[in-house]
Amino acid sequence: MAYAQAHDDHHDHKPSFVSRWLFSTNHKDIGTLYIIFALFAGIIGIGISLLMRIELQQPGMQIFADGQAWNAMVSAHGLIMVFFVIMPALIGGFGNWFVPIMIGAPDMAFPRLNNISFWLLVPAFLLLGGSMFVGQGAGAGWTIYPPLSDSQYQPGMSMDMALFALHLAGASSILGAANFITTILNMRAPGMTLHKMPLFVWSMLVTAFLLLLAVPVLGGAITMLITDRNFGTAFFKPEGGGDPVLFQHLFWFFGHPEVYIMILPAFGIVSHVVSTFSKKPVFGYLGMAYAMVAIGVVGFVVWAHHMYTSGMDVDTRAYFMAATMVIAVPTGVKIFSWIATMWGGSMRYDTPMLFAIGFIFLFTVGGVTGVVLANASITQILHNTYYVVAHFHYVLSLGAVFGIYCGIYYWIGKMSGRQYPEKLGKIHFWMTFIGVNLTFFPMHFLGNQGMPRRYPDYADAHWGWNLIASLGSYVSVASFVFFFYVMYVTFRRGAVAAPNYWGEGATTLEWQVPSPPAFHTFEELPRIR
Amino acid sequence: MALVASLAALPALASETTNLGVPTPWAMGLQASGGPITTAVRDFNEMVFWIIVVITIFVGALLAWVMFRYSAKRNPVPSQTSHHTGLEIAWTVIPVLILIVIAIPSFRLIYYQDRTRDADMTINVQGRQWYWNYAYPDHGGFNFDSRPIPVEDLRPGQLRNLAVDEPLVVPAGRNIRVISTGVDVIHSFFVPSLGVQRYSIPGRSIETWFRADRPGSYFGQCNQICGVNHWFMPIEVRAIPAEEFDAWVASARTRYASTMPAAPVVAASPDAPISIAVAR
Repeated sequence: MAYAQAHDDHHDHKPSFVSRWLFSTNHKDIGTLYIIFALFAGIIGIGISLLMRIELQQPGMQIFADGQAWNAMVSAHGLIMVFFVIMPALIGGFGNWFVPIMIGAPDMAFPRLNNISFWLLVPAFLLLGGSMFVGQGAGAGWTIYPPLSDSQYQPGMSMDMALFALHLAGASSILGAANFITTILNMRAPGMTLHKMPLFVWSMLVTAFLLLLAVPVLGGAITMLITDRNFGTAFFKPEGGGDPVLFQHLFWFFGHPEVYIMILPAFGIVSHVVSTFSKKPVFGYLGMAYAMVAIGVVGFVVWAHHMYTSGMDVDTRAYFMAATMVIAVPTGVKIFSWIATMWGGSMRYDTPMLFAIGFIFLFTVGGVTGVVLANASITQILHNTYYVVAHFHYVLSLGAVFGIYCGIYYWIGKMSGRQYPEKLGKIHFWMTFIGVNLTFFPMHFLGNQGMPRRYPDYADAHWGWNLIASLGSYVSVASFVFFFYVMYVTFRRGAVAAPNYWGEGATTLEWQVPSPPAFHTFEELPRIR
Repeated sequence: MALVASLAALPALASETTNLGVPTPWAMGLQASGGPITTAVRDFNEMVFWIIVVITIFVGALLAWVMFRYSAKRNPVPSQTSHHTGLEIAWTVIPVLILIVIAIPSFRLIYYQDRTRDADMTINVQGRQWYWNYAYPDHGGFNFDSRPIPVEDLRPGQLRNLAVDEPLVVPAGRNIRVISTGVDVIHSFFVPSLGVQRYSIPGRSIETWFRADRPGSYFGQCNQICGVNHWFMPIEVRAIPAEEFDAWVASARTRYASTMPAAPVVAASPDAPISIAVAR
């Protein structure tokens, strides 16, 4: 890549390909690896969703052999998108690239730990990908509730492979989280207090704490599941004194913070983009930072709102309902603060800003349907229907993924030294925006009408909106393919990027260094006034 | 149960039932209400719906306005305002108030939905891979399986993926207590038009209730992933006029006599499903 020639004259060593990419200890190179990995996993995850939408385009079984093959694909799609696309792109990718630069640190605190965090993901992904081709596949949904995930109902190696994949991905996340926390708390440049830290770094700090506290719980749950499957224990088997509902509590104690793990980094990116393109400082900086902290804290005490129909007593449901609604408040603070940041600004609508504004609006849509689902009363009708599918794709597929695109267009010039072609970027935005809305908005109607999720074939009355959703998904997939073309053009013919190609609105430290930054970003520590 | 299968052909319940609780093509809202729970949920949902629509339009309009008014063309010099305590307090407090408006009726509603104090009868539902088993502990404890009808056996008027051979028969206008239990994996007993949904979990008995106001058929589907035929274990609740229900019970007791325990089971006890299992 470009930076080898531009900056090697300052540096005494030029690592060979193998030592640079396989034994990397450089946060920027590891970040690049994470992003490439996430895009590759994205091809597979999105490819699976394309197969699913082809199947659902009309009633009847079209391309899947049976329900088990379908269930295996549904589970793989969910796990891949969560653990191998969104998390690596946002946390491993942008986090590694920009947290050290933004706080003026020479690198991450533990560079070799950083390397192993990435390389643990590769075998994890191979295990998960392989599980689709071993036996009948792991078809218990991404939530892997026992007893369906027990050896009696998912016999063979594939479920175990998926569980080990989660273990490895979890270990990778925990190590990465420890690294981020140490880096952010100890390696800020002189003068950069916590309350001067850029919001993306704040988002990564909160995310890292969520990972550190939530992922071990998943580790415990799936360890018990593995021993239930293979060593005759009965943690989740009623016939041996266990309880399937225990798994649900453990899973969602992890799973709910996990959704904030996926969205908080996107919040951080959007804050920077909105501020840059409005040429204004972020409105209500402290409120923005502590709103994320509040979301993180409250996010840990709402988990059982995923279990309203699991037979919890009504008082418990009332508590989880109230706690869940509370989260709408800090989220609202963020939405309104973004709008207030734009208010009075002097805005340019380049591709990152389009994705940021798209994010704000679509996340609002996903957020308000979340308020609907927080009500245990309504959820008694909507639980596990396509309404839920629509809701979480609005916050993740249109939220977190828009955050990823937003970050890529915002920083690609910084990372690669080449700027993306603006016109193609805008075409990509509009294709994505139209495609995903066409895909996911009709799902609200399907859910209202009672179509359950994880169905390869449905009652005939659901055909209409399913057809629209499938057509929308083809536009979405086309936009994803088009994105690779945009990246190709960027790398082949993109204009050479100046250090601060966004101009006066871009104030964080990464805009003070060349594009791309030198192999070692800071030879001496910057001072923050 | 071969016996049940052969009896299924008998027109014990003449097919003059109307499909009241079914999905409709191109519909956007909730299914039509079949009972008091769904009516209450629909009313509440409508209120929440208008609140979220107004919020979404408000946010969308604000975005559109700032994009128009504060574009670089119209506003070349950006302000540098980054604080406004009053505004920040307002957009914290107002959402809290809106949430309180939503929460109060919502709390009332979940306690109403939870269980009924004066149930007229109890039904045990049990999800199995991949059919349902319904038991009537108050009526002698007979039980029967309810299986989906494969597409090639559908009779005219039966709905693909929704029709079953033996519907869950209940009297219309009566409060039905539902106790769900599981035997293999988790399933979910879900009938949207009756506003009822509970998992059926091995090792657990979960109570809820519903009431179908009018005679007719109300359809649902298993709503928790449960294996290869998760998509093919529909639920049909057939409400019949209360005065016909006793006659139906009498005929069912003869047809399913072999499933009845020697002594009547105690009604509505959470142990009921276990005693049924023992008896069988």
